[in-house]
Amino acid sequence: MTLVALLLIPFVAGLVAWGLGDRRARAVRWVTLAAVVADFFIGLAIWVGHASEVAIAPHAPWILEVNAAWIPELGIRFHLAIDGLSLVLIMLTALLGVMSVLCSWTEITERVGFFHANILWVLTGIIGVFLAVDLFLFYFAWEVMLVPMYFLIVIWGHEDRVYAAIKFFIFTQLSGLLMLVAILALYVMHGRATGTYTFEYAALLNTPMSPTAEMWVMLGFFAAFAVKLPVFPFHTWLPDAHTEAPTAGSVILAGLMLKTGGYGFIRFVVPLFPHAAYRFAPVAMILGVIGILYGAFVAFSQTDLKRLVAYTSVSHLGFVLLGVFAWNALALQGAVLQMVCHGISTGALFILVGAFQERMHTRDLGRMGGLWAAAPRLSGMTLFFALASLGLPGLGDFIGEFLVMLGTFRVDRVLTVFAAIGILFATFYALRMVQRALHGANVHNWTISDLMPREWLILGVLVFSLIFLGLHPQSIFRVSGPALDRIQAVVPFTGATVQAAPTDARVPGGASR
Amino acid sequence: MITAADLIPLAPSILVSLTAIAVMIAIAIRRSHFAAALICAIGLGLSLLAIWAVLPYVPRQVTPLIIVDDFGLYYSALIIGATLAVVLLSYPYFARLPDPPEELYILLPTAAFGGVAIVLSSHFASFFLGLEVLSVALYGLIAYTVGREASIEAGLKYLVLAASSAAALVFGMALIYARLGTMEFARMPALLTTRADFYDPLLLAGVALMITGIGFKLAVVPFHMWTPDVYEGAPAPITAFVATVSKGALFGLLLRYFRESPSSGGSVFLVFTIIAAASMIAGNVLALLQNNVKRILAYSSIAHLGYLLVAFQAGGMLGARAATFYLTAYIVTTLGAFGVVAVLSDGSRDADRIEDYRGLFWRRPALAGVMAIMLFSLAGIPLTAGFFGKFYVVTAGASSAIWMLLLVLVVTSAVGLYYYLRIVVALFATDDLAAAPAASVLRPLHAGSGIVLTALTGILFWLGVYPAPLIEVIQKIFVGLL
Repeated sequence: MTLVALLLIPFVAGLVAWGLGDRRARAVRWVTLAAVVADFFIGLAIWVGHASEVAIAPHAPWILEVNAAWIPELGIRFHLAIDGLSLVLIMLTALLGVMSVLCSWTEITERVGFFHANILWVLTGIIGVFLAVDLFLFYFAWEVMLVPMYFLIVIWGHEDRVYAAIKFFIFTQLSGLLMLVAILALYVMHGRATGTYTFEYAALLNTPMSPTAEMWVMLGFFAAFAVKLPVFPFHTWLPDAHTEAPTAGSVILAGLMLKTGGYGFIRFVVPLFPHAAYRFAPVAMILGVIGILYGAFVAFSQTDLKRLVAYTSVSHLGFVLLGVFAWNALALQGAVLQMVCHGISTGALFILVGAFQERMHTRDLGRMGGLWAAAPRLSGMTLFFALASLGLPGLGDFIGEFLVMLGTFRVDRVLTVFAAIGILFATFYALRMVQRALHGANVHNWTISDLMPREWLILGVLVFSLIFLGLHPQSIFRVSGPALDRIQAVVPFTGATVQAAPTDARVPGGASR
Repeated sequence: MITAADLIPLAPSILVSLTAIAVMIAIAIRRSHFAAALICAIGLGLSLLAIWAVLPYVPRQVTPLIIVDDFGLYYSALIIGATLAVVLLSYPYFARLPDPPEELYILLPTAAFGGVAIVLSSHFASFFLGLEVLSVALYGLIAYTVGREASIEAGLKYLVLAASSAAALVFGMALIYARLGTMEFARMPALLTTRADFYDPLLLAGVALMITGIGFKLAVVPFHMWTPDVYEGAPAPITAFVATVSKGALFGLLLRYFRESPSSGGSVFLVFTIIAAASMIAGNVLALLQNNVKRILAYSSIAHLGYLLVAFQAGGMLGARAATFYLTAYIVTTLGAFGVVAVLSDGSRDADRIEDYRGLFWRRPALAGVMAIMLFSLAGIPLTAGFFGKFYVVTAGASSAIWMLLLVLVVTSAVGLYYYLRIVVALFATDDLAAAPAASVLRPLHAGSGIVLTALTGILFWLGVYPAPLIEVIQKIFVGLL
């Protein structure tokens, strides 16, 4: 029931927020905040209360699950389940959910009720994606995410919002339909082979398939996750959608929705289609590296601050793709940590860009400059998250990217070298952003207010989380490790490419068990 | 020879025709719009109840012409239910028009009777009779608003094209009869024994001509030319009727008698594959070019018939069920979308410009919400019937491995999303809220329309979230049939 509550609380709160309407804006904000905080504490309760199950990895594959009949005629069940991997991402969802409510506290003043309803519903969809282990339910949640996010962009977005929203919707819907066909092909093949028609994740693992069929079906899944992550060259919706969305929308898009793509790769693509994924790994890893370099390169040349941050996502999430398809313990742990830390640091950067825009009504780097003098605390925060983004040791992003490269190095050295060059590029764009916006003389004579207490709270929490994850990443590894081990155990071979990873290729958290 | 026992299964259809007569008599006594609509609604409601009541007495072959079985009754229920919804939507709509509205309530049950006759027919004669009853009533319905030029034009266009397609259909029947010597659908498969029979020129020509006639009513490519003009010209509730009842009836017949498994690889299968792909492509692409909401929905309905044909092509138990589910979802959704158009229309013209919907959500959240939900259902977004329908269709397609059609379906649905979203964008637009809204936007909702739209929205969510009960029903109706 706990898992149902995770979904039901934000969904119902969304209805309440909508019902409260625009006149009782304060009440709407508090209801929304309460719902997201409640979800956060439920997640925390699972984390703490089931600490032993989470860490020891008992025989039962899930920490908690809910399994009820839904559409028995087609073998569809309402099956939610949580393991360490889902738990980590759900905690991230709740954390960034709180932040996105707080950061729109003064930004959104019109149609407050419907805005918060959409925030809550998109979070419901995302949590549903992380919990669903029936493939029909998963696809259902996957599609449910779209509509509220579309509304967030098209109603509260910036200048080019209609174009961006429709592009976002069509890209994700088209790729989603390809995944639907793939899911159904898998369902039919499994049914033909075993006689039981089911969408159950655990049952569909190890479905016998011909190599060609496996490759095609895997590509259907790959398409959906590649658009979401995004993988070069399917990323073109991302800069538009991120730039035009309101701040909270960008935070959720970058911080959470992109993670559903990474989650899909880890949970579905490789375990369901190990042989095809093995053969496809070189291509995927090359695409990952291209994404890393391309995203960083394009980010460097942006003049719109928000677009710049959007392109850095393309770069950072290239590491996730690289890590997943390297498929060893180190790289996978790195990919998960990278997802979490990218969510926090990029979410924070979008919040900062939103704060600048609220004060200056522009995102144009050319019109900025010398802001440090005008707002030292805001600028200091920007510097901090820019450094996190470029991979400063001691902060979470560094650990994630480092582990991915360490894991990839065992598999393919050349790609690792190119990925490392991507980190160098990150230094360029991050420092250029800081220089152009914050340093120099305040030629445009900006006078803007500095951080307000609410913003202190948001950014303080995010700073603390990043430092904590940078210094003590085991807290994540301990929870996600057993889940990843189990997922890896499904796949008949480790180290998806040339040499098998040495058996001691364990991260500290994993080895200490 | 019809016995009393034969009459019981026919009770629903008899009640529908009695409704038309009762309205006619009522009008002769006194012209009252309200009384005519009320009698019509009660009559249709009673026939719906009758369908439920005669369930224990079926299946039953009544003369060689009519077969009443679960399948036929399910489709009859769809037709009569949709007609009832159209009646309730028509009452406030036609009350605002200058024309005398009462005869509408004779034509609607007459057309519904034609539709019911088609889905219950087991013989060329009853099929053709039903088709003509439906068509003739539709000529009057489409051109009902004689004050509007577009309506007359649409009526004439439909008259000419429907008459010629009916001629093709009759000629096709004649050719088949000449070759097989029977007009009973059920006896035909037995007469086609050898493989050569499937390539008999006379027979193929007959089937091709019949497909032409049926394809016209279904408005699938290349027989779709009339659709946008008729949809645009006809009064909104009647457009809903054309889009749902007339197509639903013909599709029911198609599903019952024209199913062919993909493995046979016959030429009919190939023809339907081409028609399905062409309908999906043309419908979705041409809708992109439209600026008129009714025309957009017209092209979208062409595309949706294409999706239906994918399920039809998938064949087998799964394909037939998926097609029936999809048709049900399509009827509910289309009625809802045109229902909102009808509610927003006024005496002079229909609310068919996208501008009519700009910012509607901020003025009439419930009405715009219903429209948005209907559009999302047409686009196949979760929580709606359209989503599960599309899922079911793809399931059927995947199990029959018709990958090319599925690919076309996937790509064209993504294209189609664009024009649905255009209307949704307008519904939620915030830019011109300062301007005074049109009077039709502020008019309170009539109780009849309110009930229909609420019910349709409810059904839409029910089918989208918990479709298991309906799937169970649909499973039952195919038990004796395949």
